[in-house]
Amino acid sequence: MNHILNMQVATPEIFIFSMACLILMIDLYTHDRLPLLSYWLTQATLVAGIYLGLGGMGTEPVTTFNGMFIHDGMSVVVKLAIMLFTLIGLVYSRQYILDRGMYRGEYYVLVLIAVLGMMVMTSASHFLSLYLGLELLSLSLYTLVAINRDSDTAVEAAMKYFVLGAVASGMLLYGMSLMYGVTGSLDIKTISAAIQGMQSDDVMLMLGLIFIVVGLGFKLGVVPFHMWIPDIYQGAPTSVVLFIATAPKLAAFAMVIRLLVDGFQSIAVNWSDMLVILAVLSMALGNIVAIAQANFKRMLAYSAISHMGYFLLGIISANPNGYSASLFYMIIYAFTGLAAFGLILLMSRSGFEAENISDYRGLNREHPWYAFMIALVMFSMAGLPPTVGFYAKLSVIQALVDVNMISLAVIAVLLAVIGAFYYLRIVKTMYFDAPEAERTITTGLDARVLVSLNAVMLLAVMPWIGTIMDLCMSAIQSMG
Amino acid sequence: MQEEMKMIYLAVPLVCLIPAIVAGLFGRKIGRIGAHTVTILGVGLAFFLSCYVYMDVMDGNTFNGTVYVWGISGGFPFEVGFLIDSLTASMMVIVTFVSWMVHIYTIGYMHDDPGYQRFFSYISLFTFSMLMLVMSNNFLQLFFGWEAVGLVSYLLIGFWYTRDTAIYANLKAFLVNRVGDFGFLIGIAAIYATFGSVDYSAVFASAPSLVDETIEIIPGTSWNMMTFICIMLFIGAMGKSAQVPLHVWLPDSMEGPTPISALIHAATMVTAGIFMVARTSPLFELSETALSVVLVIGALTAFFMALLGLVQNDIKRVVAYSTLSQLGYMTVALGASGYAVAIFHLGTHAFFKALLFLGAGSVIIAMHHEQDMRKMGGLRKLMPWTYATAVIGSLALAGIPPFAGFFSKDLIIESVHASTIPGSGFAYVAVLAGVAITAFYSFRLLFMTFHGKPRMDEHTLHHVKESPWVVVVPLVLLAIPSVLAGFMFMEPMAFSNYFEGVIYVSEEHDVLGAIGSIYEGKTGFSLVMAFMLHGMVALPFWLAVGGILLAWLFYIKKPELPGKVVDSVKPLYNVLVNKYGFDDFNQTVFANGTVKIGKFMSEYGDRRLIDGFFVNGTARVVEAFSRFLKPLQSGLVYQYAFAMILGLLGLMTWFLRVAQG
Repeated sequence: MNHILNMQVATPEIFIFSMACLILMIDLYTHDRLPLLSYWLTQATLVAGIYLGLGGMGTEPVTTFNGMFIHDGMSVVVKLAIMLFTLIGLVYSRQYILDRGMYRGEYYVLVLIAVLGMMVMTSASHFLSLYLGLELLSLSLYTLVAINRDSDTAVEAAMKYFVLGAVASGMLLYGMSLMYGVTGSLDIKTISAAIQGMQSDDVMLMLGLIFIVVGLGFKLGVVPFHMWIPDIYQGAPTSVVLFIATAPKLAAFAMVIRLLVDGFQSIAVNWSDMLVILAVLSMALGNIVAIAQANFKRMLAYSAISHMGYFLLGIISANPNGYSASLFYMIIYAFTGLAAFGLILLMSRSGFEAENISDYRGLNREHPWYAFMIALVMFSMAGLPPTVGFYAKLSVIQALVDVNMISLAVIAVLLAVIGAFYYLRIVKTMYFDAPEAERTITTGLDARVLVSLNAVMLLAVMPWIGTIMDLCMSAIQSMG
Repeated sequence: MQEEMKMIYLAVPLVCLIPAIVAGLFGRKIGRIGAHTVTILGVGLAFFLSCYVYMDVMDGNTFNGTVYVWGISGGFPFEVGFLIDSLTASMMVIVTFVSWMVHIYTIGYMHDDPGYQRFFSYISLFTFSMLMLVMSNNFLQLFFGWEAVGLVSYLLIGFWYTRDTAIYANLKAFLVNRVGDFGFLIGIAAIYATFGSVDYSAVFASAPSLVDETIEIIPGTSWNMMTFICIMLFIGAMGKSAQVPLHVWLPDSMEGPTPISALIHAATMVTAGIFMVARTSPLFELSETALSVVLVIGALTAFFMALLGLVQNDIKRVVAYSTLSQLGYMTVALGASGYAVAIFHLGTHAFFKALLFLGAGSVIIAMHHEQDMRKMGGLRKLMPWTYATAVIGSLALAGIPPFAGFFSKDLIIESVHASTIPGSGFAYVAVLAGVAITAFYSFRLLFMTFHGKPRMDEHTLHHVKESPWVVVVPLVLLAIPSVLAGFMFMEPMAFSNYFEGVIYVSEEHDVLGAIGSIYEGKTGFSLVMAFMLHGMVALPFWLAVGGILLAWLFYIKKPELPGKVVDSVKPLYNVLVNKYGFDDFNQTVFANGTVKIGKFMSEYGDRRLIDGFFVNGTARVVEAFSRFLKPLQSGLVYQYAFAMILGLLGLMTWFLRVAQG
């Protein structure tokens, strides 16, 4: 099925775009009288978006907009996850945003536009639409990082993000232009067909591939294109970090799949080799440097770098099994990250950012429940059974073992052991160190309940792990 | 009907398990009365259900099937299943009956103990474990029951966990049983390796066709697989059923409260090994070597452990050594292929040994927890019920007709006599000698405790009185089968098709058939009378009578004689008092040796090599790396961009230059 113009499959995107414009207008007139209106409207938009997205489940792959846009099983699952995680993240951050005077209509509009960008990326079947989505996301994120314009660290972080992002975008574009030079097309399907039979001795092709991999590496934040991550995580407002650390990771997964799998599956040997280097470096550097961090958010930044390394393991295996394992890993990681930053937000209050590891000393004595929640998150991040994090790591490593990349699997496991140290240190800090200051939790009940549910799910979804894995598998298998 | 029976089979162990959990976890809430009520009701129900199952089996309804699949791993199913046949049903009745009596008795014995509820929980749990063991239809569940029984016995021996001696004893029991269990586990593994299954029926069905399988343990020597399997299984049995040299734990286990001595170390747990060998008779029958080993080990145990009974002064230890010796008799019967007799003796012994233990416990209560027989005497008139039941128990143990022990023991001796397996000549002598010794020490116990002049102090003597009814009633109830079980069950168990299809005996080993042919044509009462008359003129009976008379001479007629005899054979006496040096040897070589190796390994292997070098060393290296890498994140944006460019250049160099060659 190839329609020139089939609006129907893009309903969620169109809806979210319209609502973003509408909320921008409404907020202009109601901001003083009904301050929470744009929050509720945004949440309602996301709920409706999820509803619309669910309607696209289980349909055949469809391309539309002259082959710019593809609707398939993978895009549906990833978009649903993006919207759901954004929605949850906004619940966690409402209080934080209010407390810090960042509450403006723009915040939510930017989030919606970023969501739109991610959705466009996910459904891109053309270099131009992919780049459009990417920039829509990136520009919104640059602005969001700097939304607290009076904060020096935030502005500095935004500046760095913008400059480095521009460099990375340049490289990606350069790679795309080289690919255009090789194949004469920007359409991913056409490119894929054109490079069939080409070998790695084609310098132009390889050069283009390297530039594209570098662009992807920056978006994922893998070593050595990771430098922005620690500074952004530490400098940006926690609510924004929560957003950056969750939904865009899924969009990045989609981007990897669209470019490498849809586009360059025939030269998988080559990009797989490149990703091996990036993955090993990320797992090693992320896990090792995280040990030396005293700032919780910065530690989570390095943890994110190492997780992206693990995520790549599934892609490296270069078969549908591996892609599905990577999708599963990404969903689990984003979900765990949601709980992690949600809990940091929960612990923070007006005038106090709970971002140093020392802020969590003896948390168990005052708030045993939240200490337990954080412990669960840490266990899941470290990949300890029976939390979902374990199954995530297991599935990507299993994918490696299936293609006989045993030594890489061993390295991954060894580095995970090193990584377990700093996660467990948080648990030790909460349970065995003496508390320093009084802590009060000011966050609303909705966020408390939801974050508790979020963390408990890391353990409680265990019986349904198989279902989630099957969902990922069918998403990958139904790709157009 | 089948489904209903399945529910009943399942109910038997569960009505023991559930009260155990209730009394164990909610003991404080339901209180003492609550705890003993639920457990006694549970085990009592289990007894009646077992009787019902027994009747049903006697009507010819056997069962073999899986009730629950616990898990499947690599195509290998872990199943909970029941095999209900005459052997299982008999064991179920014996176990639940003795256990029930012990439960009731415990109300009196543990009356003042602070761990009252815990005790009831343990003994119910024990009953559950033993039932799971006997009802199993596969080796894996057998092993579960086996280990569960071991665990609960560990808990019970160390019940008074503040006493050092109790802790020592339970640790010893646990460790010695580990040795046996190790062999047992290897045996089960070998069975799985050979037959590809651990199901009794599957294993037994294919055993005859695999009789010539061999295994190379040490390269270059090939062993018969059946012999290997059987000896390994028997090592397990040696641990649990306390055969030389793994017998050392049983006498020490008398540190536990007396009711469990009766339950675990006389009537049920130690019989697990005997039961297991009888259950696996289709395997043992295929290996004459293994049978010979069983026979010799059993004979050694029967004779040498009986000798030790002569020099003990602790009333419970005398009974404990008699248990060891009687277990030796059962093992001898197994070795001689008289499996049915072994089970028969197991049953009669369960009743009269539980009776003797509980009787000893009753004396101990009256004596305010004094266990030394030298400080007793003359209790006959003061404790008439205990005395009467003790006499019955002793007569049964000594093997005097018509008490239960006579029939089973005489049959064992006859079986050994008829057996042609290598070692049977030695075993015959050993068991004959054992009869006289057994009679002697059991009456020594009776005379020293109940006859003669009281040797305790005035205060204690003044307070001696018959035990309460909860103690006496179980004694009387156990005394009844101690008298009757022999002639009631001799014919069905030994000379009929009672165990047909359950216990397998090959043609050339059929000792019971040989004995049965003497009484050809006689059934019912006339068979029993003929057997008794034959027994009365045979050697064992006169040896037993001789032993009793000698005991009378030594301890009633001329009480100064024992001292003189001891003086004249001092070296031999010392050997016996030191229990042949087994304990000292184990303590010096195994215990201390292991501790030394452990200390060495702990210091050099663990603390220095693993902890010091590998673990902490790795941690230090990682930490150093971390500190080295951290400053790379300088915060300067042009350096970040430079890193990206470097990464790009690196990739380009590698993939465009190096990889291209």
